[in-house]
Amino acid sequence: MAFDRPTKKYPMPEQDPVARAKNFDEVALGYDLETAIKEAQRCLDCKKPACKEGCPVEVDIPDFIRFIKAGDIDSAINKIKGKNALPAVCGRVCPQENQCEGRCVLGKKGEPVGIGRLERFAADYELAKGTQEVQVAPPTGKKVAVVGSGPAGLTCAADLARLGHKVTIFEALHVAGGVLMYGIPEFRLPKRIVQREIENLTKLGVEIKTNAVIGKSLTVDELLEEEGYDAVFVGTGAGLPNFMGIPGENLNGVYSANEFLTRTNLMKAYLFPEYDTPIKVGEKVAVLGAGNVAMDAARTALRLGAKEVYIVYRRSRNEMPARLEEIHHAEEEGVKFMLLTNPTRIIGDDKGWVKAMECLKYELGEPDESGRRSPVPIPGSEFTIEVDTVVVAIGQSPNPLVPRTTRGLEVGRKGNIIADENGQTTREGVWAGGDIVTGAATVIKAMGAGKKAAKAIHEYLMAK
Amino acid sequence: MYKILKREDLAPSIKLFDIEAPMVARKAQAGQFIILKIDEKGERIPLTIADFDREKGLVTIIFQEVGKTTKQLGLLGEGDAVSDFVGPLGIPSHIEKYGRVVCIGGGVGIAPIYPITRALKEAGNEVIGIIGARSKDYLFWEEKMRAVTDELLVTTDDGSYVRKGFVTDVLKEVIDRGKTINLVVAIGPLPMMKAVAEVTRPYQIKTIVSLNSIMVDGTGMCGACRVSVGGQTKFVCVDGPDFDGHLVDFDEQMRRAKIYQDEEKRALLKFEEGCGRC
Ligand SMILES: Cc1cc2nc3c(=O)[nH]c(=O)nc-3n(C[C@H](O)[C@H](O)[C@H](O)COP(=O)(O)OP(=O)(O)OC[C@H]3O[C@@H](n4cnc5c(N)ncnc54)[C@H](O)[C@@H]3O)c2cc1C
Ligand SMILES: Cc1cc2nc3c(=O)[nH]c(=O)nc-3n(C[C@H](O)[C@H](O)[C@H](O)COP(=O)(O)OP(=O)(O)OC[C@H]3O[C@@H](n4cnc5c(N)ncnc54)[C@H](O)[C@@H]3O)c2cc1C
Ligand code: SF4
Ligand code: SF4
Ligand code: FES
Repeated sequence: MAFDRPTKKYPMPEQDPVARAKNFDEVALGYDLETAIKEAQRCLDCKKPACKEGCPVEVDIPDFIRFIKAGDIDSAINKIKGKNALPAVCGRVCPQENQCEGRCVLGKKGEPVGIGRLERFAADYELAKGTQEVQVAPPTGKKVAVVGSGPAGLTCAADLARLGHKVTIFEALHVAGGVLMYGIPEFRLPKRIVQREIENLTKLGVEIKTNAVIGKSLTVDELLEEEGYDAVFVGTGAGLPNFMGIPGENLNGVYSANEFLTRTNLMKAYLFPEYDTPIKVGEKVAVLGAGNVAMDAARTALRLGAKEVYIVYRRSRNEMPARLEEIHHAEEEGVKFMLLTNPTRIIGDDKGWVKAMECLKYELGEPDESGRRSPVPIPGSEFTIEVDTVVVAIGQSPNPLVPRTTRGLEVGRKGNIIADENGQTTREGVWAGGDIVTGAATVIKAMGAGKKAAKAIHEYLMAK
Repeated sequence: MYKILKREDLAPSIKLFDIEAPMVARKAQAGQFIILKIDEKGERIPLTIADFDREKGLVTIIFQEVGKTTKQLGLLGEGDAVSDFVGPLGIPSHIEKYGRVVCIGGGVGIAPIYPITRALKEAGNEVIGIIGARSKDYLFWEEKMRAVTDELLVTTDDGSYVRKGFVTDVLKEVIDRGKTINLVVAIGPLPMMKAVAEVTRPYQIKTIVSLNSIMVDGTGMCGACRVSVGGQTKFVCVDGPDFDGHLVDFDEQMRRAKIYQDEEKRALLKFEEGCGRC
C-alpha cells in the first residue's frame, strides 16, 4: 500500500501540565478537522471489526470513522448517536483501552485507532454547530418514571421519550447528571457539555424533577400505585462512600472522595467565596485508592492549591484500576505514587485535625480469585508520613434508599438491586440498571443498561 | 422555585418562613428536616421542619442568623423564593406512648422540639416541656408549646423572663421531684444537648438528641455528616438526626462543626461588605 500508515495515534493537544495543574479548564483540547481526518485514515475499515465488539453499546465504529475520513461529520455523528446518546461524554471518559481501542487490530503492532478521540471530535463538532431536531414517535399515552439522572437514567429516558412515552426523571440533587455532574471533575468533563446533553433530553419532552428524593419525598410504590406511572426505571447509582474503618477517620481534614469532589464540582467550591460552599485543602494531601475516583481527587487537590499530593495504594502499579490516561495525566501534573502501602491509622493534633498517617509496607503474594496478586503486609514496616488532608477513595456501594423503601425489590449481598440482563427486577413494572445493579462501574456500561431497560420497558408497555 | 408565603420575625435574629413545598409537606413528619439552597451560587443548608400543613402544601422553617447563608436568607420576605428545597430528609422521631416524657428546646431548638412535643402528646404521653433562651427577646412559641404540653417550664440565661438558669437546671428540678421519667428529648446547641445527656446519665433516663452536623447532599452520598455513636460511625442525614444522647461523641461533633470556621468568617465578611449596612 502506498499510504504510509503511522503506527501511533495523532497526538491530541493538551494544556501544559504545569499550567493546568493550577486551573480547572479542560486538560485535553480535542482534534481539529484536519487531524481528525488523518487519524480516521489510520483505520483499516475491517470486515469483522473487533473494535465494535469491545464497545458495550456496539457503536458502529468503522462506519462512523469512514464518514469522518470523507469529511462528512454530520453523518458520522448520526451514526454514533444511533447507538450512543452521550458521545461527547463517552469520547472523553470511556476506558477505551479496555474497550473499543483495546480490541482494535492496529493495537497489535502499534497504537490502536484513537476511537474515543474521534467520537469526541464528532460530538463536539455537532455541539458547536447546534444539534439537529430528533424525531419523536407519536404519544403512546404511557407514563414512565426514571429515578436518578446519571448516565443510566438519562439514556433510558431518552430512548423511551423517542418512542413516544411520557417520561419524568426524579433526581435527588438540585441538578441532573449524576456522577457526570458531581463526581467527574470539570477539567476532564466540562459541565456545560453535560448540561447540553441534558437540554437535548428536555427537547424530547422529558420532564426533569430535581430536589425529589425517591424513598423520602415519594416512594416507588406511590409512583406506580398513586401517581399513575406505568413503569419505573431505577438508576440511583452507587453513591454510598466506603471508609477504611481505621482509627482517626472522623478527624477534621478527612474527606470521602464523594464529599471532596461534590463540594468542588457540584457546589463549585474552587470558586469560593464567589460560590458559598467552602472546601479545605492543606499542603500535603494523601488520597487512598488508585481508581478513577482517586486520580480525580488527587488532581483536584493539586488544583485547589495543595503542595504535595500522594496516591496511597496497597497493590502495585499494574493493578491500579484507573484509566491509563488518567494515571499518566496525574503523574505529569506532579501527583506522587506511594505503592504497596496501606494506612493503618490517621493521627490527629491536639485540636482534632489530621497531622500524620501511619502506614504499613506491602509486598505482592499469590494471585487471588480476581487473578490479581494479593498484597501482604510486611511485618514491622510501619512508618508515618506527615499529611494534613486525607481523601478516602476506596470505592462506593449502592445507595440503599430505594431498595429499602420499595416492596418486593430483591437486593444482593452488597445491597445491589437484583435485575436480569434486560434490567427487569423482582418487582413487576420496575426495572433497574447502572451502578445500582452492578456496583461502581463505568459510564458506558450504565448507558448500555439504560438502553436495554428502555427496550424492555417499551415492549412491556406496548403489550400491557 | 419555592415561594416564601409568610415571614415572621420571632426574635432579633430568629425568623420563621412558611414555604410552599407541597411534595415535602405531604410526607413531613416530626423530627425530619429539609435542605435548601437560596440561589445558583448558594450553599445547601439543612433546617428542621418546624411545622407543616399538608392541605395548604406549606412547610414552616425557623432559622437563626449565624452566618452568610442564614443572614442572606433573613433578607428575604414574603413573595421571594429560594431555588431549591428538598425533603423530608432523615428518619422521623420515634413516637410512641412512653409514659412521662420531658421535651427540652434551647434557643432556636424550640422550633424543632415543637412538632415532636406535639406528636408525643398526641400519642398519649404526659408531656413536660422545658424551653430556654439567652434572654426574654430570644424566646418564642411559648404559647404554642404550652398548648401541646401538660406543663411548660420556661427559663432564661439572664433571668430577664420567668427565672434565671439553664434548661439543665430546670431539668434537674424536674428529676428531683422523684416521679418516673421515661424519656427525655433535647434539641438545642451541641453544648446544651451534651449537658442534658450528662444530667440524665446517672439516672439512666433514655435521652434522645437531634444532631445538626455539617451536611452537603443529605442523602447518604458524601459522609460530611458523620458522627460516632457508641463507637460506630453513623451518617446524621440518613441514620438520624435523632440519636441516643448517652452514646453520641459530642466532643467530636463540636470539633467537626468548626471545620470551616475560617472560611465561614471570610464568607460573612465579604457578604456584609457587599451589601453595606444590611
Ligand atoms: C469521581 C468519579 C470518576 C469516574 N470516572 C469515570 C471515567 O472516567 N469513566 C467511566 O466510564 N466511568 C467513570 N466513573 C464511573 C461512572 O461515573 C459511573 O459508573 C456512572 O456514572 C454510573 O451511572 P448511573 O447512572 O448508574 O449512576 P450515577 O451517575 O451515580 O447517578 C445516579 C443518580 O441518581 C440520583 N439518586 C440517587 N438516589 C436517588 C433517590 N433516592 N431519588 C432520586 N435520585 C436519586 C443521584 O443523585 C445521581 O444523580 C467515575 C465515577 C466517579 C465517582
Ligand atoms: C438536621 C439539621 C437541622 C437543623 N435545623 C436548624 C433549624 O431548624 N434552625 C436553625 O437555625 N439551624 C438549624 N440547623 C443548623 C443550620 O443548618 C446552620 O445554622 C446553617 O447551616 C448555618 O449556615 P450559615 O452559612 O448561615 O452559617 P455558617 O457560616 O455556615 O456558620 C456560621 C457559624 O455558625 C455556627 N453554626 C453553624 N451551625 C450551627 C448550629 N446548628 N447551631 C449553632 N451554631 C451553628 C458555626 O460555628 C459557624 O462558625 C440544622 C442543622 C442540621 C444538620
Ligand atoms: S462509547 Fe466508549 S467504548 Fe464505545 S466506541 Fe465510544 S469510546 Fe469506545
Ligand atoms: S479494529 Fe481498528 S482498524 Fe479495524 S475497524 Fe476497528 S478501529 Fe478500524
Ligand atoms: S450529608 Fe452527605 S452523607 Fe449526610
